[in-house]
Amino acid sequence: MAEAQNIPAGSTTAGSIAVAAESTVATRMSAPPSFDVADFPVPHGREEEWRFTPLARLRGLHDGTAVATGEGVRVEVEAPEGVTVETVGREDERLGKAGTPVDRVAAQAYSSFEKASVVTVAKEAVLTEPIRIAVHGQGGVAFGHQVIELGAFAEAVVVIDHTGDAVLAANVDYVLGDGAKLTVVSVQDWDEKAVHVAQHNALVGRDASFKSVVVTFGGDVVRIHPRVRYAAPGGEAELFGLYFTDAGQHQEHRLLVDHDAPHCKSNVAYKGALQGQDAHAVWIGDVLIQAAAEGTDTYELNRNLVLTDGARVDSVPNLEIETGEIAGAGHASATGRFDDEQLFYLMSRGIPESEARRLVVRGFFAELVQQIGLPDVQERLLAKIEAELEASV
Amino acid sequence: MATLEIRDLHVSVVAENGTKEILKGVDLTVKQGETHAIMGPNGSGKSTLAYSIAGHPKYTITSGTVTLDGEDVLEMSVDERARAGMFLAMQYPVEVPGVSVSNFLRTSATAIRGEAPKLRTWVKEVKSAMEQLQMDPAFAERNVNEGFSGGEKKRHEILQMELLKPKIAILDETDSGLDVDALRQVSDGVNRVRETGEVGTLLITHYTRILRYIKPDFVHVFSGGRIVESGGAELADKLENEGYEAYSTKGGASA
Repeated sequence: MAEAQNIPAGSTTAGSIAVAAESTVATRMSAPPSFDVADFPVPHGREEEWRFTPLARLRGLHDGTAVATGEGVRVEVEAPEGVTVETVGREDERLGKAGTPVDRVAAQAYSSFEKASVVTVAKEAVLTEPIRIAVHGQGGVAFGHQVIELGAFAEAVVVIDHTGDAVLAANVDYVLGDGAKLTVVSVQDWDEKAVHVAQHNALVGRDASFKSVVVTFGGDVVRIHPRVRYAAPGGEAELFGLYFTDAGQHQEHRLLVDHDAPHCKSNVAYKGALQGQDAHAVWIGDVLIQAAAEGTDTYELNRNLVLTDGARVDSVPNLEIETGEIAGAGHASATGRFDDEQLFYLMSRGIPESEARRLVVRGFFAELVQQIGLPDVQERLLAKIEAELEASV
Repeated sequence: MATLEIRDLHVSVVAENGTKEILKGVDLTVKQGETHAIMGPNGSGKSTLAYSIAGHPKYTITSGTVTLDGEDVLEMSVDERARAGMFLAMQYPVEVPGVSVSNFLRTSATAIRGEAPKLRTWVKEVKSAMEQLQMDPAFAERNVNEGFSGGEKKRHEILQMELLKPKIAILDETDSGLDVDALRQVSDGVNRVRETGEVGTLLITHYTRILRYIKPDFVHVFSGGRIVESGGAELADKLENEGYEAYSTKGGASA
């Protein structure tokens, strides 16, 4: 069910559940997936996958005019024992296994990167410390490719931190062996001018568990496209996201969970707060349950809290079901305002305005933050949310 | 002793075709320990009076004064009014998703009292107040007013009144939508606060029913945006028998 309440002017929260014989998620894209940028026409902005994105602010990532500058980003990987970190060339056969670029910018990234980073966790290795990948923008243009591969029954937490200023297009592959458990936290804490477009491809092995936490605070335009496929039955994916969109920022999260194997689970929950003139958040949640995917259990949710006038949300959940033999499927999307009545109610109990806002925003994110399950990340996020609110008062 | 004084209060709202004056010169004095009932037909401006005093941004004060112990209430922000000792139990309390009742109560008690209540005594205080209002302890973990029944919302309002101990409490149609049991429990809660002698109560109601449980010292009939008659508790009996018709005409003529 899509529900909508108290929707701010200009925002949309449209959803659909389609029971179809063949996928329309795939056909909505303007070109089939490809590693070659030449297979994608330059988007003009009316394509389904680009219609919410301000192309003019992509700094040429979409039309081939953005050229790598050599000092685009600095990547540092800090890994505990049991992890292999390599920098490899384009020919490395481990690249691109988890998924194929589905839009022009992802294909541009794949066609343009020179060196890729491959992080491998040996089978059955259970890491007690997270792998930390710092991606620090140096003010230039960069194309990146990152692979994180876990052998069977390996367990790891990866924190990818994006800071500084850059124009970055990237693909990130997560390959999970059978029974592996991977938690990835990708934090987009860019400086205000940064542009970041990335496709995240997860390939979840038999009985493997994948948890993705995407956190977007900074940047001028950030567009993240997490995608999940299942290599075999029994896989589980949790996709959590949190964003705080300020004046003028465009933050777009597009998700696809492709249930093509039986007895897999997925749970998607994204929450965002917006404040300021022309803050724009876009959330597209596509879940596809293919005919073979019997016993699928899936749910997706997007909630937005609009704190001020002038912000806009587009929230579009789509669920396509090609088999009736499923355990459960649902979606929910809602965009609400922190409105004058709530403010009045809290203030009429003596609570000052700034604290009232904090109370509501903290409450809004609390449940989701708790689900992340990584105390240091949780604390950092709460602190960051507080800082965002401070900046607004 | 705290005194709320309302003098010649005129209040307007922005309507479709320009501004509309709703309050047309209200005079009223409420002292700590007193209970005043304001009764009147729908649309007479009773709720406007309540929300104007609390500082709701929808209402514009065009003239007149409201003071609490001589302090200009109209100059205060909404939260300052509450911290000065004003409390409004709302007819339609607002849902605040993501904020639990316990967090909300503690945050507001901290704001009103000027310091965080000691955790141990606070937990006891909340627990016993909730028990007296026959509220399930699980209630504290629910989000403020979210999915509350009408009765739960009103109990939650009175719970706040008990915990925040205002000098002046305005109860806006607290009786509306309550069945007899809930009405009695809510009234008992209000009476417990009144018995301390430390609250002046302004009870706004359409019906005389609640006055069987909460005995007013004064009854004021509200019509056409002002008080048209004042008296003792016996005035409520007269309204019970005769209704508002006589006053509506009067109010209409002066509008």
